[in-house]
Amino acid sequence: MSETALALAEPDEPDVMTGAEVAASGKPAGHREDTILYLDGVSVSFDGFKAINNLSFLLREGEMRAVIGPNGAGKTTMMDIITGKTRPDEGEVFFNGNVDLTRHDEPAIATMGIGRKFQKPTVFEGHTVDDNLALALSGVRSIFASLAHRRTIEEERRIVEILETTRLSHLRHTSAASLSHGQKQWLEIGMLLAQSPKVLLVDEPVAGMTDAETAETARLLRDIARSHSVVVVEHDMGFVRDLGVKVTCLHEGSVLSEGTIDHVSADPKVIEVYLGR
Amino acid sequence: MITGYFLRQGLNRWIIASLVVILAIGILVPAANLLLPAGHPLHVPSYIVALFGKYLCYALLALSLDLVWGYVGILSLGHGAFFALGGYAMGMYLMRQIGTRGVYGDPTLPDFMVFLNWKELPWFWSGFDQFWFAAIMVMLAPGLLAFVFGWFAFRSRVTGVYLSIITQAMTYALMLAFFRNDMGFGGNNGLTDFKDILGYSIQSDQTRAALFLSSAVALALGVLLVGALGASRYGKLMVAVRDAEDRTRFLGYRPEFVKLFAFTASAVMAGIAGALYVPQVGIINPGEFAPANSIEIVIWTAVGGRGTIIGPIIGAILVNAGKSAFTGLFPEYWLFALGALFIAVTLFLPKGIVGTAMHGWDALQRLRAARRHEEGRHDGPAASQPEAAE
Ligand SMILES: Nc1ncnc2c1ncn2[C@@H]1O[C@H](COP(=O)(O)OP(=O)(O)OP(=O)(O)O)[C@@H](O)[C@H]1O
Ligand SMILES: [Mg+2]
Repeated sequence: MSETALALAEPDEPDVMTGAEVAASGKPAGHREDTILYLDGVSVSFDGFKAINNLSFLLREGEMRAVIGPNGAGKTTMMDIITGKTRPDEGEVFFNGNVDLTRHDEPAIATMGIGRKFQKPTVFEGHTVDDNLALALSGVRSIFASLAHRRTIEEERRIVEILETTRLSHLRHTSAASLSHGQKQWLEIGMLLAQSPKVLLVDEPVAGMTDAETAETARLLRDIARSHSVVVVEHDMGFVRDLGVKVTCLHEGSVLSEGTIDHVSADPKVIEVYLGR
Repeated sequence: MITGYFLRQGLNRWIIASLVVILAIGILVPAANLLLPAGHPLHVPSYIVALFGKYLCYALLALSLDLVWGYVGILSLGHGAFFALGGYAMGMYLMRQIGTRGVYGDPTLPDFMVFLNWKELPWFWSGFDQFWFAAIMVMLAPGLLAFVFGWFAFRSRVTGVYLSIITQAMTYALMLAFFRNDMGFGGNNGLTDFKDILGYSIQSDQTRAALFLSSAVALALGVLLVGALGASRYGKLMVAVRDAEDRTRFLGYRPEFVKLFAFTASAVMAGIAGALYVPQVGIINPGEFAPANSIEIVIWTAVGGRGTIIGPIIGAILVNAGKSAFTGLFPEYWLFALGALFIAVTLFLPKGIVGTAMHGWDALQRLRAARRHEEGRHDGPAASQPEAAE
């Protein structure tokens, strides 16, 4: 874990493939065994419309990846496939190199260690910030265990820690319904952390945030990436640049371009379908 | 919005207070009926004991609906079915206590079976001569139905309006089935003409007093159960499922099981309410399965305030007391009045009577807290949030 985290600190990774290389090979580079997420040849269609088309995507353990692409490119659908919400029509989806995710449902995948923040922030509005985090904390999941469960000191410690990380300590006993949009996004990231996942899938974390909040979120995610594998979907190019990681651009359900932010944003195909508009 | 912090503190106090009130009513009302002479100003006439005993059963029924509707967000329009099943299980026991005192004097067969020319007791009537067996069935029959129904409905992710409609269809189907004579539950007429319960005459004031007290105790236990469930981590999970079911799934929970547990527990509560209701009213017939009955339960709960514990109890008692008074004066307009009440509550008191009161109380608390905060600003925010681990 620590080696990969160190490798991440280097802004220009030497082994980053160019978009052209990926497109030419048609296969994801690297071995499945070395990956935390491995998607190969994945397709899914909704009523004949191919939302994901022969998509190949892989994420190494400890890596943070930014995913960009125009509306409807299939970014959210890719997360749906990884988290078990949508079954792919064809293709392979593996977690940790050997766990076939297409054979598991959402709760099973979540407990394996894949956490997800939704595009539209979804927190439990009937609960306080504290209770939202308590429910997300890894551990008790069965009904009967939850009937008798009392909060442990360790759980209390983790909640306090997450509250600090997400800067929500002063709102701990506030109802989640009365949080601002940005605070809800942060609470959801906090809930993600509470799950102690191996992989975090973060869908548009800075939508609706002020510039200051956006910068803060980039800092937070970079922090998280030190000890987790992360996939961040975002339209905000300034934010993506801030993250300083490898970028994948999706278009019409497959990878259009992949590489450093400079490489991808200079790619004429990307400019044509996405950035140039 | 009521914060969980206040809810936790306020709720326990409210639960204890309501338990005390319920048990006090359970003891004082029958005592005032039995111990005070008829002329005494505080004497409670027997018909009032019977009437309020019935309300206590309705209150337990409304509380059971609140567990699934208020906490988990499942709007069941078929809860009357669980109530009726509990009632039938008790009715079967009471039928078998009649013995040779029936019109036909048959020692084992209830009158309606003799009338239908049946020669022996159907297999599903055996065991019901024993009270303990009937008591188990009172819980098992509705519990099992709810479990099987919920297993299929929740696992296939039927939610919202569709779920409400199939619960309504369930109670309607049961009504049609119980109307048929060859089902073996007395058809149209149902089960009635009861004589004894546990060897005591069902008509006597002492028995009625005991039934009243039992209903109050059952209601108190229901309050305790819902209160304990609501305060546990499971209770938080129920509310989470209500507010964002999908989200719980991506946290690794299985909302279908959260719902299944609540639905089954709720059906058992409703069954117990039905079982206490039948000896107090002296009859159970397929009309109890009528879809309109289940809708009335929803109205009681909405009027009192769903998602609160005492709300449904107050709603059930108020609406039914209103019904008794109203039907005495203008019997043909009751349904219009009920409909108008439901619309008025939905429009003006969406949280119900108790929900609105709690909301006001909470706002007052926050106002006070804010004022205190203004005065003691220098305490800093950390000092205003003292709370130990649960
Ligand atoms: N469950 C579904 N049923 C039908 N169509 C769907 C479904 N989910 C996604 N789609 C379609 O698939 C395409 C890809 O959608 P997706 O949400 O993955 O895009 P996205 O890249 O996340 O876009 P955005 O940037 O707007 O969030 C869209 O055209 C969408 O309408
Ligand atoms: Mg999307």
